[in-house]
Amino acid sequence: MFNEMKMNDQVREPYRALVDWMDATGPDVLAQKRLEAETLFRKIGITFAVYGEGGDPERLIPFDLIPRIFTAAEWRKLERGVKQRARALNTFLYDVYHNAEIIRAGIVPADLVYRNAAFEPAVIGIDPPRRVYSHIVGVDVVRVSPDEFYVLEDNCRTPSGVSYMLENREIMMRMFPELFSKLRIEPVDSYPDQLLKTLKSIAPRKCENDPNIVVLTPGAMNSAYYEHSFLADQMGVELVEGQDLFVSEGRVYMRTTRGPERVDVIYRRIDDDFIDPLCFRPDSVLGVPGLMNVYRSGGVAICSAPGAGVADDKAIYTYVPDMIRFYLGQEPILNNVPTWKCARQDDLKYVLEHLPELVVKEVHGSGGYGMLVGPASTKEECATYAERIKANPSDFIAQPTLSLSACPTFVESGIAPRHVDFRPFCLVGDDIRLTPGGLTRVALREGSLVVNSSQGGGVKDTWIMAE
Amino acid sequence: MLSRTAENLFWLSRYVERAENMARLLEMGYRMALMPAAGDGNRSEWRSVLSAAGCAEGFDSANTDTTELTQATVSDYLIFNRDNPSSIINCFEYARANARAMRTAITQEMWEALNGALMELRRTAMRNLAKTDLPGFIDWVKSQGALFRGATDSTILRNDGYDFIRLGTFLERADNTARLLDVKYYVLLPETSMVGDGVDNYQWTTVLRAASSMRAFHWVYRDDYSPWRIAHFLILNPFSPRSLAHCVENITSHLERLARQYGQRQAVHSLAVDTYAILTQGDMDEIFSHGLHEFLSDCLRRYQALSSAIAETYYFGGQ
Repeated sequence: MFNEMKMNDQVREPYRALVDWMDATGPDVLAQKRLEAETLFRKIGITFAVYGEGGDPERLIPFDLIPRIFTAAEWRKLERGVKQRARALNTFLYDVYHNAEIIRAGIVPADLVYRNAAFEPAVIGIDPPRRVYSHIVGVDVVRVSPDEFYVLEDNCRTPSGVSYMLENREIMMRMFPELFSKLRIEPVDSYPDQLLKTLKSIAPRKCENDPNIVVLTPGAMNSAYYEHSFLADQMGVELVEGQDLFVSEGRVYMRTTRGPERVDVIYRRIDDDFIDPLCFRPDSVLGVPGLMNVYRSGGVAICSAPGAGVADDKAIYTYVPDMIRFYLGQEPILNNVPTWKCARQDDLKYVLEHLPELVVKEVHGSGGYGMLVGPASTKEECATYAERIKANPSDFIAQPTLSLSACPTFVESGIAPRHVDFRPFCLVGDDIRLTPGGLTRVALREGSLVVNSSQGGGVKDTWIMAE
Repeated sequence: MLSRTAENLFWLSRYVERAENMARLLEMGYRMALMPAAGDGNRSEWRSVLSAAGCAEGFDSANTDTTELTQATVSDYLIFNRDNPSSIINCFEYARANARAMRTAITQEMWEALNGALMELRRTAMRNLAKTDLPGFIDWVKSQGALFRGATDSTILRNDGYDFIRLGTFLERADNTARLLDVKYYVLLPETSMVGDGVDNYQWTTVLRAASSMRAFHWVYRDDYSPWRIAHFLILNPFSPRSLAHCVENITSHLERLARQYGQRQAVHSLAVDTYAILTQGDMDEIFSHGLHEFLSDCLRRYQALSSAIAETYYFGGQ
């Protein structure tokens, strides 16, 4: 296992100043700081609810005080790789809703796209502003050695977690001002401005003036509500619910104290299925009836564009390196994790024979639900899961159990290494922008590889050192 | 701003004000209970606290006939009872829920004031404090209200959102002062006072105390309590921070600000101006001769009408 802080008993370079400081500060002060941080989080109200678990709807995600650190050189590689991926994924999305060259060229199987639940026939042929579908691409990256990064998955719809990137930093700066004044850490606070710029740049065709932007949330009961309100606040735009919006004469309006006010760009944080009951789920009360008609006629821009989900499907994921070669004529800078597609006979056979060594995921799942981590599972669990795979092989993919890198983390027994992953947030509009930072998630249970907050994962601040 | 946001701001500040008013009423009851019993004893004082709070019926249906009206039962109902929509804990719950539903419209400081108050209130330590040291608890509630208003005053943009917050505060306060006077109006009637020894000074002062206006009263009148002066102070005196005149003056001026910002005057504005005129042109003798109770009932109806007109004018409730 690669420990990001220590190698061969030597502290790795990016962590040296931090370790010196921690040694000088001593465990008592650090323990005190931990308590202070938790109080701060609760006071500010940064919470994350977990669907279907009941209990406190405003649970805190555990925050770990020890940051995860990248050198400038490491970041340069990540940045190039993530931007490359974001560009390729958007090109792919435009392609599959237009000429589908990549399917004609026999690179991605037609079935995988057209029979995909996330493929949206309602948007075929529509040109979204700047031909961008996924304006915020969250790329989940893991590391297995000093030089080896792998992309675990792409999130093209509405990746969440960016508020943690910003708030974790805020808390860290409040806790450890002396570290920030001594070390040269790239700031992350430009993200909301860059998001606003990105959203402004995708104003719809019919918008003549400065576009009016809103964030559309399902409401205060949603698990990511804090993030929705945080981002709206940071950008200085209205946070609306479906009930605040209505369609009239080909445009979208919000109900205000002065009467109707036009809306041009909607950064929606609700799923495709719910945004327009006339077009998608008729029982949805979260969305806006008639929204899709306005979108089609260029009266409003929607971020991310309806239909963007087809690019972050776990079955499509395996073709992203091919997309990069096909559309950009480049070699992928970040590699995929080798993946077996159970839809293929040979792969299925291999997966079933090697279940105890593999991580198996549902193709359409997210949030770490319904996955099997072979090495951490009992024989019975593997057997039960095998039956599920056999029943619907094309619903599953499998990957080797990667030895994820670990980062020192506060645990009950003191400080111990725990596995981490990393999600940077790439913005795509008139330009491709990437804030130097991201969300580091940490699996708090010893040996666990599941970092999802819904599965008991925590978060860390991520430092990119300036040159 | 979004109509839903305006509505949330309006109610948010009403709930904070209501929580604080509940605390003031409890303070009144607590002080009265320390005084020598008059008439049928202290029981009537806790009864009038419940009446002034508009919670008498709720209390009766939540309790059995044999439940004694004591500090313990009444304060528990007014502070912690979850079935009492006006209980202090519910006021803070609703206020925070309103705030959370439009986090972007309030500042971090305002959120922290509300969130912090509720987090504290949910702790059992606060339950113990209310039991063992009611005045200490009341002070705490008042300080939370002050913290929220202070945070609002020093951090929020002076745009329409600010006006909706202040409208909520002053409508709730006007409503409360009118209710308080209405419950105690018989104490203030000149005829009763002429009876002389039947009513003591401290009966009158309870009204002032419930409005946290004891010292202010002295500064303004530099004289003894009299029913006429007390009623004047809480109804017509524009310098008293909880008087009807002061509250309606503020309601009128915030509605005016909205009219200027939106470039539109509507029916609600004339309604406010009319209500204000009654108070600026009012005369205590006349009010007493027409009946204080009738006057106060009319005020309460007017505040209700103003509240509805605000909701209608600014499209509350998704209209």
